[in-house]
Amino acid sequence: MTSKAELQSIEEENRELEKERANIARDGPDLTGAALAARLDRTWRRPPGIVGWLSTVDHKEIGRRYIVTALIFLALGGALSILMRLQLARPDNNLISAARYNELFTMHGSTMMFLFAVPVMEGVALYVIPLMVGTRATTFPRLNAFSYFLYLFGGLMLWGAFALNIGPDVGWFAYPPLSGPQFSPGKRADVWAQMITFTEVSALAAAVVLVTTILKARAPGMTLARMPLYAWAMLVVAVMIIFSMPAIALCSSMLISDRLVGTHFYNAAEHGDPLLWQHLFWFFGHPEVYIIFLPATGFVSVIVETFCRRPIFAYPVVVLALVSTGILSFGLWVHHMFATGLPRVGYSFYTAASMTVAIPTGLQIFCWLATMWDGRPRFAVPMLYVVGFIVTFVIGGLTGVMVAAVPLDLQLHDTYFVVAHFHYVLIGGAVFPLLGALTYWYPKITGRMMSETLGKVGFWMIFLGFQLAFFPMHIAGMLGMPRRVYTYPAGLGLELPNLLSTIGALVVALAVLLFVINGVLSLYRGAIAPDDPWDAGSLEWATSSPPPVYNFAHIPVVESRTPLWDIGGELPVVTGLRVDDKEQLLTTVVDAKPDIREPIPEASPWPFISAVATGVLFISSIFSPWAIPVGAIPVAIGLTAWFWPKDMKRQPEPVII
Amino acid sequence: MIRAVRFTEDLSHLPTHKFGPSSITWWGVIGFMVIEGVAFGLTFAAYFFLMGHEQGWPPEGRAAPDLMWGTLFTIIILLSEFANTGIKKAATAHDVSMVRKLMPIIVGAGVVLLIVRGFEFNSLNCRWTDNAYGSIVWALLLLHTTHILTDWFDTLVLYALVRTRQAYEGRRMEDVDENSLYWRYVWLLWLPIYLMIYWVPRL
Repeated sequence: MTSKAELQSIEEENRELEKERANIARDGPDLTGAALAARLDRTWRRPPGIVGWLSTVDHKEIGRRYIVTALIFLALGGALSILMRLQLARPDNNLISAARYNELFTMHGSTMMFLFAVPVMEGVALYVIPLMVGTRATTFPRLNAFSYFLYLFGGLMLWGAFALNIGPDVGWFAYPPLSGPQFSPGKRADVWAQMITFTEVSALAAAVVLVTTILKARAPGMTLARMPLYAWAMLVVAVMIIFSMPAIALCSSMLISDRLVGTHFYNAAEHGDPLLWQHLFWFFGHPEVYIIFLPATGFVSVIVETFCRRPIFAYPVVVLALVSTGILSFGLWVHHMFATGLPRVGYSFYTAASMTVAIPTGLQIFCWLATMWDGRPRFAVPMLYVVGFIVTFVIGGLTGVMVAAVPLDLQLHDTYFVVAHFHYVLIGGAVFPLLGALTYWYPKITGRMMSETLGKVGFWMIFLGFQLAFFPMHIAGMLGMPRRVYTYPAGLGLELPNLLSTIGALVVALAVLLFVINGVLSLYRGAIAPDDPWDAGSLEWATSSPPPVYNFAHIPVVESRTPLWDIGGELPVVTGLRVDDKEQLLTTVVDAKPDIREPIPEASPWPFISAVATGVLFISSIFSPWAIPVGAIPVAIGLTAWFWPKDMKRQPEPVII
Repeated sequence: MIRAVRFTEDLSHLPTHKFGPSSITWWGVIGFMVIEGVAFGLTFAAYFFLMGHEQGWPPEGRAAPDLMWGTLFTIIILLSEFANTGIKKAATAHDVSMVRKLMPIIVGAGVVLLIVRGFEFNSLNCRWTDNAYGSIVWALLLLHTTHILTDWFDTLVLYALVRTRQAYEGRRMEDVDENSLYWRYVWLLWLPIYLMIYWVPRL
């Protein structure tokens, strides 16, 4: 197999390469400052033009695209909610038909959960985490690019279908038998199920990228015990994604196969069971809530720390709270199924588990309050959002503990009380901190500050408008108004709460519009942001605003939990990474000791091409099962070309091209 | 960066690849194994969930799948681990020549396994359209076939790469090492599936 001649020539080549290795340029005391910046910039910059745009593997560019795309879907999903609120503004309204209304709430829920909440949280993390842990790139940057395009195609497919009047109408949790072949002929339910496949594959890929980046690419000295709380939150979230999202990918595949090739997973007549769907769906669906909420707690920890000028109170408690929330969230799914009938012990167990999860969440809230009490809070816009979050989320948490009790849940199940509850925890618990975090990191991402005045006006509008929109829903729910009805009769006392909700929703919509206007205007007119405008303690503020394409000229060393507050004048750094090829430092998982110099892949169009091929496979498999074997061929070609080295010549040190 | 820096340590002596948990590839492979493991685990859960609804398993009037092809499949895939262990050891020792000798065995085993798998589908004694039992049995076998097929293709591509001078790059041996780890996972997952398809209906 291996001839002597080949071995001989390899040995010769090895000697040559060894010689060349000595000449490789690396950063260090002799190569620093402007000269280093220029060379790194040349090495790391992606090719220009449309091909370069599609080929980029820069986590900042991908993170930005994730955020912008998710915000567009937020606007679209929000527009649907306004349509629904207009329909519900008065009784017996006929602005929107019952069938169209079914589509609206399905599209609203699916868009918000799968195309906005999870992707925006991942997008922010993909942008911020590498900067925060002091590295030059995410691991698996091409996988990262692939995940974005899959997400984009999934969103386009769903909204394209909606525009063509084949949008799903079976609710965001698509329960069979309603979503099954018998009660949902046509392709609406399939579009929903395949959107799930797109977004789950994408989220899983991004989760693997985040876990490995957080565990292996932290700056030297950033031990697990010194890791910023936002990185801890995202580590827990990414692991939760890995453990929960296969559940929904599996159950939606079973749904498609019931619909397309006549299996009977959910068909009770052939001894399948619609409840199998509910178990699998909520095994994903409940952790999903925390997948959206825990990143927000990470934002809150970061913002509270910075704006109170004090390290977070009881850091280990916050970390343990994050981890235990993550674990507990997998033991709660059955509380979504109280109304389906369960064994008595099931009721008791899942009630207890649902109440238990309030404990770690409560601990975190006390830690933030203690930090604020002991620090000197500055109420800039991000901090205002944190205060709004605490107030709103605590109310939502309380109604959560209420519906964890089975007797009350059976009464309130599928009423507007539940709608109020989950909007309090999802908007109050995740969107408020997100808007705070976007304001907080805006100067890092764009190099300019957002307007503080517009920000404050927007905050108060959204905070008060939100309460006006959603508090009355508690009342409407207790008066017996069911979810998902397109109208209600007059004379039941539902007129006032519904009208107030509609007015509140309009105020929230205006506030979000104001946030967007502020974001766009500040791009051009905002004050120029310094490197560290908030006087924060974590590493993303050690580099310029916006950061250079290579993030850090030298890799920083971390000696404490809030490095920038503790180093004094000079940032300690390590050196010796290559400058003429892309290279990243990997460290050990627990102690963050320097471990490996890892080559970073060059920009490549193949992740995009593979995503297109995968998209064609997913969409065509709505129509024929043969799309899977046939469509797999281009996918295999794409993935092989992605992996295959484009230059077989051996290099003195590994490069990935 | 305007901030002044203080140089602490030069890291140019660090290696550019390592085997096992130090390497990022290892973590990526483990990540995807967990994802697939959860998907398989939940399919197993669905199997037992649906089984709980039936009086008999397989449902009355049906025969359990024939044992021969599934058992043959199990024997072949277990035997392939001898070659697989050899590849893993050779890769970590940078023994390119041995890796090139042994990899075709796994590629060949994959082809044989896929052919045997075809006969397995034919001996299940049920169709996916029959009832929930048929659906879940087909789902298990189909999921595992996808597993075999993807790893077989992956091995094939890697073998083509190892035939070139790229084989002498340390990172390529790391790829081979992780690929062997993955093959182990493929047959480990098969064992509970084998029991569920062929032996649970015979209990």
